[in-house]
Amino acid sequence: MGYVAVKGGGKAIAEAELQLEILRTRGARKGETPLSPDQIQHQLHFLHSQVLSEGGLYDEELAALALKQSLGDALEAAFYLRAFKATRPRIGVTPVLDTSKMRLIRRISSAFKEIPGGQILGPTPDYTHRLLNFERMEETPEAFRAILERWLDGITPDPSLDCLPKVVDFLRMQGLVEEASEPNEAPYDVTRQPITFPMPRSGALTLLARGNRGSLLALAYSNMRGYGSVHPTVAELRVGYLPVEMPHPVTGQMMEVGETLITECELLTSSTANKSSGLPTFGLGYGVCFGHNEVKAISMAILERSIRVGRRDGTIPSEDPEFVLSHIDGLESMGFCIHYKMPHYVTFQSSLTQMRDRQDDYRAKNPGVKANEVG
Amino acid sequence: MTDTFTQDASFNDGETSEASRQYSYGLMDEAAKKEIRRACLRAVAIPGYQVPFASREMPIARGFGTGGLQITLSIIGPGDTLKVIDQGSDDSVNAVSLRSLIEKVCPGANTTEDSDEATIVQTRHRIPETILGEHQVLVFQVPYPDILGGVEMNEERRVQLHGETDYAKLYVALYEDVVRNGRITSGAGYPVEVNRHYAMTPSPIPRWDVPRLSMSHNLNLFGAGREKKIFAVPPYTEVTPIQFSDQRFSVESFLDRNGERIACARCGSTGSFLDEIYLSDGATTFMCSDTEYCRKNAEIVSPVPSGAVEFRSPIPL
Repeated sequence: MGYVAVKGGGKAIAEAELQLEILRTRGARKGETPLSPDQIQHQLHFLHSQVLSEGGLYDEELAALALKQSLGDALEAAFYLRAFKATRPRIGVTPVLDTSKMRLIRRISSAFKEIPGGQILGPTPDYTHRLLNFERMEETPEAFRAILERWLDGITPDPSLDCLPKVVDFLRMQGLVEEASEPNEAPYDVTRQPITFPMPRSGALTLLARGNRGSLLALAYSNMRGYGSVHPTVAELRVGYLPVEMPHPVTGQMMEVGETLITECELLTSSTANKSSGLPTFGLGYGVCFGHNEVKAISMAILERSIRVGRRDGTIPSEDPEFVLSHIDGLESMGFCIHYKMPHYVTFQSSLTQMRDRQDDYRAKNPGVKANEVG
Repeated sequence: MTDTFTQDASFNDGETSEASRQYSYGLMDEAAKKEIRRACLRAVAIPGYQVPFASREMPIARGFGTGGLQITLSIIGPGDTLKVIDQGSDDSVNAVSLRSLIEKVCPGANTTEDSDEATIVQTRHRIPETILGEHQVLVFQVPYPDILGGVEMNEERRVQLHGETDYAKLYVALYEDVVRNGRITSGAGYPVEVNRHYAMTPSPIPRWDVPRLSMSHNLNLFGAGREKKIFAVPPYTEVTPIQFSDQRFSVESFLDRNGERIACARCGSTGSFLDEIYLSDGATTFMCSDTEYCRKNAEIVSPVPSGAVEFRSPIPL
């Protein structure tokens, strides 16, 4: 019998939770030790970044804890963060932050060979040969430490990296790209206000920034392949630490309260016309998210552009704001997907009686069909 | 479950780093619960209208009842008695999971399996067989809040259709169903009209339960967490299944080969919605889907109100 008809659902849940813990600790007898949140944050950097970004909560420690608790399932880990965040009151809103103030670890442009401040490749696997390094199977703590020590030895900090100009600003000064829309609206907080359509741009940006990496990529990819017309060039992709400012609670003066690792992407896209003069210019696509998530930032930039200026009539999914914004949230799509595992006895029973009635109708009209020949 | 729940964190938003890692009463912060109560009030004022709300992430997955859960957490308080059912059963894993969560974050609220004792009943896919009273609230978990979803994908356009009571597409879809299949084949979640205005989904309750939504004594609140909508059928509000004069709505019949109403194999009831249960030898038997009703009924076999009610057609044909 199924999991409704029998008594003991509570016991079954407790046992299932225990089984999950057993799965996590199954190497303990061979001397395996528990992962620390620090190890997760540092050694699973990109996974950790994905959770920070989709969880929509910048708490490095809790993101690592969530990954530990969810056995490394990024969707589940983001879920823990969101569920936690939903229980917190909103204590304030930061002013608009200037991303040209980022302390950069990486910054590239594919639009120009040379850019003011230079191309900084930084930490990226882009040009690495993806060959398995079998030596890492047995990495000793000494070897692990030596990698860092060798690099730190003789390094001199370069304060010029703290603040580099934006590539798009140079083009903007020449009137070659669309003007940035002024942030004249109060940010639409999708976690505190209903999601309805049409969605203000700030709300759409939030939904995209919290969206699931794979979902964003799939929709953006459909646009890149021809189901859409963004045709992007990466003006600038930057990764680094953005200072977060808040007004001092007493003096009201702006002060830095911390910094968040973010990835930002600005795309130059197919042409558009200046609103007042009609002069043709490049369009812009904007993507930003918590953590180090380049695929997501680029995908977001494409979708931000495509839903802002796309066809909107539903003929191209990635250009229909409602279609895109309703289907990119990892928590929602994952939650609804797994809910099909829950019992549906009643709804199916209702369909079953309908189907039998319909079969009776059919037999009445087709007397030759016997019961066991149907279905 | 190793989380610690501390009740005193609720109004301490001053945030020491310790307090910021504890949970408040009803899990959500006070502003969130207030917002949801306001959405409920608005839903009650406009029966069948879908009120958008900023659905919060819950510790259970979207699709597992987050809409119903948010309503329950917003209206429950110490002294309330809660019953949670899933598919009519109090002991279904998801009902157990929801109940234990609510117990954990709402100290002072009691839980029960008895429909008569409950002040709040949270349900998925069923209305309890026991008729609820004016002092009770029935909270439904809703997967798809908009009955027009099947005929109009775009929400912006759907809002306009509802506003203008333009249900032509819905009627055409039902008519096409009749043309193709000889009948309206909707199983659970049969489309209804509320208070002679809004077309509404009753959530995927079987047709058996639909007549019992109409002119109910209790308040019915519907929460769709993933789709971020709350709607309501207030007490003593007319709920009419959408049908044609020559294609009448009917509830699940549960007749055997001889045309006799099948009785519950456990309590003998012939007036309840039944689950079809496959026995280990492949044979089937039928038992009440509402397990608490069945248990009570097995103790005292009593007659129950029948589901059959006469309805008016929404469009003259």
